[in-house]
Amino acid sequence: MFLVVFFLLPALIVVVASLRYPGEFGGLAPLVSARPGEEAGLTLETYRVFFSDWVYLEIFAKSFGVAVLTTLVCLLMAYPVAALIARSPKRYRDMMVLLVVLPFASNFLVRVYAWMIMLGPFELLFSRFAVICGMVYVHLPFMILPLYTNLEKHDPALLDAAQDLGANAWQRFWRVTFPLSLPGVFSGSALVFIPVLGMFAIPEILGGKDDWIVGNMIKESFLGTRDWPFGSMLSLMLTLAVLAVAAAASWLAGRRMSRA
Amino acid sequence: MRKLALGIEALAIAVLFGSFLASGGKLLAGAAAALLVLAGVLGLAGKRREMPGFWLWFASLLAYAFLYIPLVIVVIFSFNDSKLNAEWVGFTTAWYRKLFSDEDMLRAALNSLSIACGAAAIATVLGTMAGLSMHRFKPKLLPFLVFTPVAMPEILLGVSLLIFFLNTVSPALGAMGIDFGLGLTTVVIAHVTFCIGFVAIIVRARLAGMDESIFEAARDLGATPWQTFRLVTLPLIMPGVIAGALMAFTLSIDDFVITFFTSGVGTKTLPLEIYTMIKVAVTPEVNAVSALLMALTLGMIMIAAKLAPDLMRAKT
Repeated sequence: MFLVVFFLLPALIVVVASLRYPGEFGGLAPLVSARPGEEAGLTLETYRVFFSDWVYLEIFAKSFGVAVLTTLVCLLMAYPVAALIARSPKRYRDMMVLLVVLPFASNFLVRVYAWMIMLGPFELLFSRFAVICGMVYVHLPFMILPLYTNLEKHDPALLDAAQDLGANAWQRFWRVTFPLSLPGVFSGSALVFIPVLGMFAIPEILGGKDDWIVGNMIKESFLGTRDWPFGSMLSLMLTLAVLAVAAAASWLAGRRMSRA
Repeated sequence: MRKLALGIEALAIAVLFGSFLASGGKLLAGAAAALLVLAGVLGLAGKRREMPGFWLWFASLLAYAFLYIPLVIVVIFSFNDSKLNAEWVGFTTAWYRKLFSDEDMLRAALNSLSIACGAAAIATVLGTMAGLSMHRFKPKLLPFLVFTPVAMPEILLGVSLLIFFLNTVSPALGAMGIDFGLGLTTVVIAHVTFCIGFVAIIVRARLAGMDESIFEAARDLGATPWQTFRLVTLPLIMPGVIAGALMAFTLSIDDFVITFFTSGVGTKTLPLEIYTMIKVAVTPEVNAVSALLMALTLGMIMIAAKLAPDLMRAKT
């Protein structure tokens, strides 16, 4: 009941808000016109603006780019760690997992701030590079944990069998371990990809103006320009993007599972 | 050969680390990069048979260093006797003293604490109920309602609650003569909304491993539903409930995005205060708050691990 009131209802209101006119002093215009000449009621104006100007679609594309890059870097960094933990003796595993989660315990902003200090002396701050560093740093554990959970279940006998059949290390990885770990790869990727899309603090703190992504636009339309209908429309677009990504990830994972 | 290469890599990480403390930062960082390359080459030159193991260690060590170096640097610089976070000058606790005399900061900390206590209490009760009913009745819509706020980017929940509070709740209550604006109440409600899911997940995980016949036995012995709950179910799921409460508390006290949208102008929490400080002026005072916050969350996790060791494992 609580969630219906404070989650479902607000979500529906956003959908409606995206169809309304912005108020004279920001916020939303009333649904019923109070004075003659005032814009009221519902309109598709925000959607028209969104689709008529390439700028917005470009920012969406850029956000996807940042998210893809972050996910790939996370995957590259997470895989060895997950594999190492999964191959370690059982008694060390919990400890090693804990070591991955522990930095997570510090506040999100603290972790972003840490990168301000790290990159400051090297004049790398306020760049695309800094944004990706921050994004990877904040989301890395989301990739390591599902990967580890998956890799841990692998039967080492499979690798021995592959070796006996003459597969070298490279082949054992690409033909045996990696295909089997794909469900973990997909769920980890979804866990990284989705929050990156909605992020606004990292591009704002570590990046320059050029590095703004969807999250920044949404934040700006609500708190900066106070164009709520436009912000609502963007939120809705982001929701759709997230749902598409989640659906794709679970479809891919499911397909792999049924084939294996 | 392999051990030597790993040793060189560890040295490289140490040098990288030192490059942040010394004035010749760039030079040392360059040295670290050179050492890393050397370690890599040595690893390659090692026996081919050993390679997978070596590269696994090499990459994992780098990843762990990547996770920890930034945080350690923050803590170290919180004791640095300089206004800049650029170079080590000398040891001081001045930033901590400044912090404890900063009234805005203390008020924000108090706000954070009361919000976290309130949100954790409400979210624990509602989340436990949600977890129980999901386990018992297997409803269709409830899991969707409970888990979506957990999976969605936080900003979406933040803005939808912002519109909801200001555009729907406030005028509605205003019509009844109640003045309602953004503040502590709205932040608590928002935090409860996204914490419920986490509590429900933990409680349901605890219930999933349980033998249903215990509850049937209680009923057969004549316990009313309420007695079954209070004397059988609740004690059994208690570790889960406590772990959920701690989780909700940590999430609430750490939350930035959702608080950012639902707190309004007057109410500041610790993360919001940090955000303002980062944006306005970066001083080691931020390092000091960060270090203290790290210590606090670390303590909470340790308590949680002590109270429910099996759950900590189940979560990962």
